[in-house]
Amino acid sequence: MKKLINAPEDVVTDALLGIEAAHPELSVDHAHKVIYRADGPHTGKVGIISGGGSGHEPLHGGFVGLGMLDAACAGEIFTSPVPDQMLAATKLVDGGAGVLHVVKNYTGDVMNFEMAAELAAAETGANVVSVVTDDDVAVQDSTWTAGRRGVGVTVLLEKIAGAAAEQGRPLEQVAGVARSVNANGRSMGLALTSCTVPAVGKPTFELGDDEMELGVGIHGEPGRERRSLASAKECASLLVEPILADLPYKKDDAVICFVNGLGGTPLIELYVLYNEVATILSNHGVQVARSLVGSYITSLDMAGASVTLLRLDDELLKLWDAPVRTPALRWGI
Amino acid sequence: MSDGATRTDLEQWVRAFAQQVDDNKDLLTELDAAIGDADHGANMDRGLKAVLVALEQDQPATPPALFNKVGMTLVSTVGGASGPLYGTLFLRFGGAIGDEEPVSPARFAAALRAGLDGVVARGKAEPGDKTMYDALAPALAALDAALSDGAGWDVALQRASSAAESGRDATIEMLARKGRASYLGERSIGHQDPGATSAALLVAAAYAALRDCA
Repeated sequence: MKKLINAPEDVVTDALLGIEAAHPELSVDHAHKVIYRADGPHTGKVGIISGGGSGHEPLHGGFVGLGMLDAACAGEIFTSPVPDQMLAATKLVDGGAGVLHVVKNYTGDVMNFEMAAELAAAETGANVVSVVTDDDVAVQDSTWTAGRRGVGVTVLLEKIAGAAAEQGRPLEQVAGVARSVNANGRSMGLALTSCTVPAVGKPTFELGDDEMELGVGIHGEPGRERRSLASAKECASLLVEPILADLPYKKDDAVICFVNGLGGTPLIELYVLYNEVATILSNHGVQVARSLVGSYITSLDMAGASVTLLRLDDELLKLWDAPVRTPALRWGI
Repeated sequence: MSDGATRTDLEQWVRAFAQQVDDNKDLLTELDAAIGDADHGANMDRGLKAVLVALEQDQPATPPALFNKVGMTLVSTVGGASGPLYGTLFLRFGGAIGDEEPVSPARFAAALRAGLDGVVARGKAEPGDKTMYDALAPALAALDAALSDGAGWDVALQRASSAAESGRDATIEMLARKGRASYLGERSIGHQDPGATSAALLVAAAYAALRDCA
């Protein structure tokens, strides 16, 4: 294992120190591993927090700032944060208008956020609403599993719900916007390599030079199917067709097309993939209203990519275009 | 059967569990790498080490206080699904064990039942889902059966531990329906569940620590 770290057990702590040093507009509660807006809480504004295991950067800490999240809780690598952390974050961002918890659908995340919401209600009486993302079409038989995983849609949801909160909308409306994003978004990913968890020191799974794993999640958990390595064109089809069929997306639907790197794939390859994805969408008559290309929800050093489509109406598009100022997303300001 | 387990004996159970997890943390992580995300050993070990530190700092005076502390510490330090699940197990165990010492094996079994009910409420697991439930439920059934046959701590916990191990082994052929392993579908078959493995260690630790309570 070659990693730019001091010690495996200090990775999360050291990275939080780095975020604090690099971004003076953010503060860090190191005891609780919570990144939050230094200028908060904002009276009368709905607070939005999220969180999850570390290793997905810039998700979630890189999305804290104006027009997006008010706070993010960093768990251990690939491990959900604990209820104390979400409780601390909820207190830090509550400006009296309630707090939205954005939770990715993983068993641990859901349970820990649930316990945090129970504690927050008991301790502070804070009005907490949770929205769970579950956009991964790779999980097919979701009635027999823990359900679909929350992946790429989480990034788009945090941006769009963040804009709604910044406009001063009440909690129920912000949550409604968030649910609408999740309902209209679908994703799928593939891996070219495993990732290596620092504390483990070796790849989580073995993948041959001529193999790829289709339908991976973002924790190095193996996907649904192992296949021979294919061209970007073929990969685009393997990812996009199941997404299109699932919602389904129809001719003349307007979408955000989000091509995401999983951490170890260079941007030039993401653009190669984006071009193939855009061609398929164009063949289906799906209109790409906005695009996002880059590594925004990652799996440490895993090579690979995911595609997310979000069907837009005028409201979601306006909220997407609204100003945002965070370490990882920044426009309109 | 007038004697039973004291608060100190019960703390020995927790300490034995911490030791067993420490001894087996690489195995737990390896099992988790096959069908999960390769962190079960590290997470449980971190949580139980934190429990040991917490018990050094402040000795809870009664069995309920002991298990409340163990449960809250695990919830705060383990993360993942195991934190809320093991945390809830110990919190509910503590809520049901009662202040009175010594604790009879029947009261221990009833408290463990309350803990298992808490795990089910939190995790919504059903039999055969390939989870910690599949080790704990047979252990509880064996414990109850042995106690109603008139067995004491030693025999009852020995049977419970052996049932937990059989339950753990039976998870190998199960199709995972909960947690991250469920995403693998059929590919989860053929792998032993890490949660059932740590749960079997919990029961084995009870046998090791409490067998001599007469």
